[in-house]
Amino acid sequence: MNTLTLAVELAYWQQTTIRAVVGLVAVLLPAGTLVYLFLFKMMSFMQSRLGPMEAGPYGSLQLLAEVGKFLQKEDIVPANADRVVFKAAPFVVLVSTFLLVLVIPGGPDLMFIDVDTGIFLALAVSSISVIGILMAGWASASKYSLLGALRATGQLIAYELPLVLAVMGVVIQAGTLNMQGIVMAQAEGEIFGFGGIGSPFIITQFLGFAIFLIAVQAELTQPPFDMPVAESELVTGYLTEYSGMRFLMFFIGEFATAGIFSALAATLFLGGWYVPGLDPTDNLFNVIGPMVLLGKIILVAFLIFWFRFTYPRFREDQLQTLAWKVLIPLSLVNIVATGVLKVVF
Amino acid sequence: MIAMAALQGFDSLMSGDTVVAQNIAFGILAVVMIVAALRMVTTGNVVHAALYLVIVLAGVAGIFILLGAEFVGVTQVLVYIGAIVVLFLFGIMLTRGALGEDEEADTEKRRMAVLVGVLVLVVTGGAVLDSFGDAAVNRAAPSLTAEIGDTIFSQYIVPFEAVSVLLLAALIGAIVVARKD
Repeated sequence: MNTLTLAVELAYWQQTTIRAVVGLVAVLLPAGTLVYLFLFKMMSFMQSRLGPMEAGPYGSLQLLAEVGKFLQKEDIVPANADRVVFKAAPFVVLVSTFLLVLVIPGGPDLMFIDVDTGIFLALAVSSISVIGILMAGWASASKYSLLGALRATGQLIAYELPLVLAVMGVVIQAGTLNMQGIVMAQAEGEIFGFGGIGSPFIITQFLGFAIFLIAVQAELTQPPFDMPVAESELVTGYLTEYSGMRFLMFFIGEFATAGIFSALAATLFLGGWYVPGLDPTDNLFNVIGPMVLLGKIILVAFLIFWFRFTYPRFREDQLQTLAWKVLIPLSLVNIVATGVLKVVF
Repeated sequence: MIAMAALQGFDSLMSGDTVVAQNIAFGILAVVMIVAALRMVTTGNVVHAALYLVIVLAGVAGIFILLGAEFVGVTQVLVYIGAIVVLFLFGIMLTRGALGEDEEADTEKRRMAVLVGVLVLVVTGGAVLDSFGDAAVNRAAPSLTAEIGDTIFSQYIVPFEAVSVLLLAALIGAIVVARKD
């Protein structure tokens, strides 16, 4: 990486402040984009209706109106609830989401932290959100909430394994856990001697990509894996007793996590901020990198939401069977095959 | 073990040649961990105890990261917070996750627990002091994940394989115990 010379030297606290603000934007901007583009508009078009049209041109300000509505609502805590745990739960979920964004690089010099453990750190902090969900379900003092939280936990534990194992293939191919290293391995790699487009791991690790996307779908507890919030059985599961601001936080958490998992998938399998044909150490990527990454995020998120709006809900036993009997064995086979091919070639 | 770590922390804080920010961060983590650990064993609610345990384990991960053991810190989060405590909570809530104070939590087993706790503290503390003594931690050079991987799969391959087989045996044993039919 070339050393970037800045016009001004920034103190550590100034850098940290800038990082915090950029981090907030990097979490909220893709989340808002996904909600408007896919949840409001694409779903409407797929169902032969227009969706929001009144607030702003083509309803583009609808999101702000919704946020304003949630902020005005009363923050209700059930009488029998465990108040402290009930109120802390959405924060635990949000912390997990905001920590996830740290490892994603936006350009050769654009990153929050350059850590050796990279993707491993991301997968570790993504598992914290389960505790927030369990806290929410238990503290609500409602049977629907508790059942929803237990379903969510069973599902998240089951699908965390294929999620981690699917990434292993990429790590073996790249030879590093560091996210920047994984991007560089794709930018500089070649497929059987042909290096024209680099080596985006979606080609060599297509099985890993498919397993990763299915597991992400389940981690987000959205259809077809939405047993934890199945509205016909459990009202809205662990979200049932939440209202106003705290419901909004869970909502933001869900879609921000969708955006960040899309960013992880884009970085791991589609080459992250890199576009084929250019020099990956070029300073140009510090400018266009984030935009390239956002484009790839929207591409991956399109797939995620397409599945969401298309398939009906799984039954609980089908959901567990898919994870333990199909995805985990497949990803183990993928790891073995990748390891053997890595040694042979 | 926490008390030992705290003592060592204050010791190096006074020696003057260490990074101040690291020591301040360590002090905050240590206080939070001690308070959470005490609350964990004194609280009357099982779920609260598990949540306090999360804070203690997160503090352990923080201390590992402060010492430059990044991989171990992240593993701590993934394994202990993300898996073990979640399974604790899952089990508690499936069986008896009552809200409010739980009278049964406060039993005569308390004396035994104190005894076991003190024994564990003495044994682990003694072992750590015996094997490391005054050896200083190299804070300047964080340990790399690749080096840890190389060491595990070359120098420590036999213990590693033994642990794998042991875990597999435990797994099969758990299934056999759970499925009596």
